[in-house]
Amino acid sequence: MKPLEVAGYGWLTLLYKELLRFWKVSFQTIAAPILTALLYLLIFSHALEAHVGVFDGRVRYTAFLVPGLVMMSVLQNAFANSSSSLIQSKITGNLIFVLLPPLSPLEIFGAYVLGAMVRGLTVGLGVLLVTLWFLPDALAPAHPLWALAFALLGSLILAVLGLVAGIWSDKFDQLAAFQNFIIVPLTFLSGVFYSIQTLPPFWQLLSHFNPFFYMIDGFRYGFFGLSDAPPLQSLAIVGAAAISLSLIAFGVLSRGWKLRR
Amino acid sequence: MPAAVEVAAVARRFGSVQALDGIDLTVHEGEFFGLLGPNGAGKTTLISILAGLTRADAGTAKILGHDVVTDYRAARRALGVVPQELVFDPFFSVRETLRIQSGYFGLRANDAWIDEILHHLDLTSKADANMRALSGGMKRRVLVGQALVHRPPVIVLDEPTAGVDVELRQSLWAFIRELNRDGHTIILTTHYLEEAEALCARIAMLKAGRIVALDTKQNLLSRFQGLTVRLVASRVPAAWQPRVLRTDAGVHYLGLDAYGELEGLLVALREERVHIDEMALAETDLEQVFLRIMAGDDMQAVPPPSLEVPEA
Repeated sequence: MKPLEVAGYGWLTLLYKELLRFWKVSFQTIAAPILTALLYLLIFSHALEAHVGVFDGRVRYTAFLVPGLVMMSVLQNAFANSSSSLIQSKITGNLIFVLLPPLSPLEIFGAYVLGAMVRGLTVGLGVLLVTLWFLPDALAPAHPLWALAFALLGSLILAVLGLVAGIWSDKFDQLAAFQNFIIVPLTFLSGVFYSIQTLPPFWQLLSHFNPFFYMIDGFRYGFFGLSDAPPLQSLAIVGAAAISLSLIAFGVLSRGWKLRR
Repeated sequence: MPAAVEVAAVARRFGSVQALDGIDLTVHEGEFFGLLGPNGAGKTTLISILAGLTRADAGTAKILGHDVVTDYRAARRALGVVPQELVFDPFFSVRETLRIQSGYFGLRANDAWIDEILHHLDLTSKADANMRALSGGMKRRVLVGQALVHRPPVIVLDEPTAGVDVELRQSLWAFIRELNRDGHTIILTTHYLEEAEALCARIAMLKAGRIVALDTKQNLLSRFQGLTVRLVASRVPAAWQPRVLRTDAGVHYLGLDAYGELEGLLVALREERVHIDEMALAETDLEQVFLRIMAGDDMQAVPPPSLEVPEA
C-alpha cells in the first residue's frame, strides 16, 4: 500500500510525539506535581486555616488556596514541558529530526505549545480533582468559563515562555536559572498563597506589574466571583501578553534563532 | 531536468572562520557522489546548508530545483540526511522512531515501507526495542532508516560508517548501492578513502572551505601518474623535504613523479648517510591523490570542472 500524504499530518505527528514524551514518564510529569500541590495544600491549610480569612473573611483560606495551587501547577508544568522537551532534544542532538522535515515554523510552534498546554492543564485538572476529594464542599465555580479562559491563556503564555527558554538555553544550567530565578519567584509572588490586599501598599503596587498575578487572580475570580483586580482588566492584560509573547516566539522560530545557525 | 543538487557561490562564516568560501557544485540525478576533505574543510557545513540546518551568508542551494530557503518544504521532502552524530530519542522504540519520522514528512500508513527498511537494515528483530537498548552500530542503522523513511530521491550520508563494524558496513553499502541503482542520488562524505574509491563515481575534495578538486574518480586517479614512497628512516634528506606528503609516527610518505626519480632519492639517502629501515612503493590510489591535493600549497580552486587535467 502506498503511504498517504496528508496535509497537516506532520504537525499532528509532532504534537503526538510531544504528548507521548510526557505520557511515557507520567509518574514524573503528572503524578509528582499533583502530589507537590497537595502537600502545599495540606501544610498551608493546616498552618493558616484558623488564622486567615480572605476577601474580608468571605472565603475560607483553604478554599482560597485551591485555585491558586491549581493555576500554579498549570503554569509551572506548561513551562516545564516545552522547555525541557526542547533542551533535551537540543542537548542530545535529536532536535535534528524535527528540523530536517518540511515542518513550518508555525507547525513547530503549534505542536510544542499545544503539547505543553495539554500537560499543564492535565496536571491542573489532576490537582483540582484530588483537592475536591479533600474539600468536596469548597468548590462550585462561580464562573467556570472565566476560569477556563484564564487556564487556557495562562498555560499558553507559559508554554510559549518555555519554548523561548528552551531555544535560548544551551545548557540545563541556564534553563534552571530561567526557571528558578524568573518563573518560580513570579509565580510564588503572584498571590498563589495570599490575597495581595493583605500586602503593604508598595508590594501591592509591585504585584500589579507581575503578569502572573493577573492569571491567578483572574482564574480565582472564576471560582469565587471575587478578585483583587477587575477580571476584565486581567483578561485584557493576560490576553495581550499571550498574543505578544506568541508573536515573539513565532518570530524567533521563523528566523531560526539558535536552531538553524 | 533540474540537477539533484545545485550549489552556487555558497559562503558561510562562523565568527573568524570562513567555513565555506564560495562553493559551486552540481550533482546530477542518479549520481553516486563523494565529498572528501579533512576535518574542518566544510563538508558538514555544506550538508547542513543543503538540509536547511544552517543558512548560507551568500549564494543559493537547490535540491531538485527547489531552493532550500524559499521553497524549503519541497526541498526537504526531496532530501534524506543521515547525520554524522549518533543521535536518538531515548523515549521511543525503533518502530516508533521511524513512524514518527515518517509522520513529520506528512506520511500516514507508511508501515509497508518501514518494514522493508527494517528488513534491509537488519533491524526487524529490534523493531520494538527502545533506542537506548541498541548498540552504536544499530543506532546508526536507525539513523539511516530515518533518512529513508520518506523515500527521498536525494540521500546525503555524512560519514555514515564512522564507528560501524565491517560486516554492517558491507551490508549498509549493499543497500545504498541498491538505492542508487533504483535511481536515488547519493552524496557521501567519508574518512575512509577506500570506501569513496569503491563507491563514488565523481568526487569533490574540500579544503578550508573551497573545492580544490572536482572530477570523476578515473580522472582524479590518472591525474597523478606518479607513485608514493613509504620510507621508514630517521629523517628525509634536506633536498627531498619538499616532496614529503605526510609523516606519521616516523613513516614518511614522499611523492615521486616517476620511477626514474627513485635513484636520485637513494643517492641522497646514501650521501647523507640516512639509514633506511624500511622502504616500499605504493601505486596511486585515491588516498595518494587526496594526500597530494591536500599537501599542495596552492590553495586555488581547480579551474571549472571541464578542465583539462594538468600534468602533475
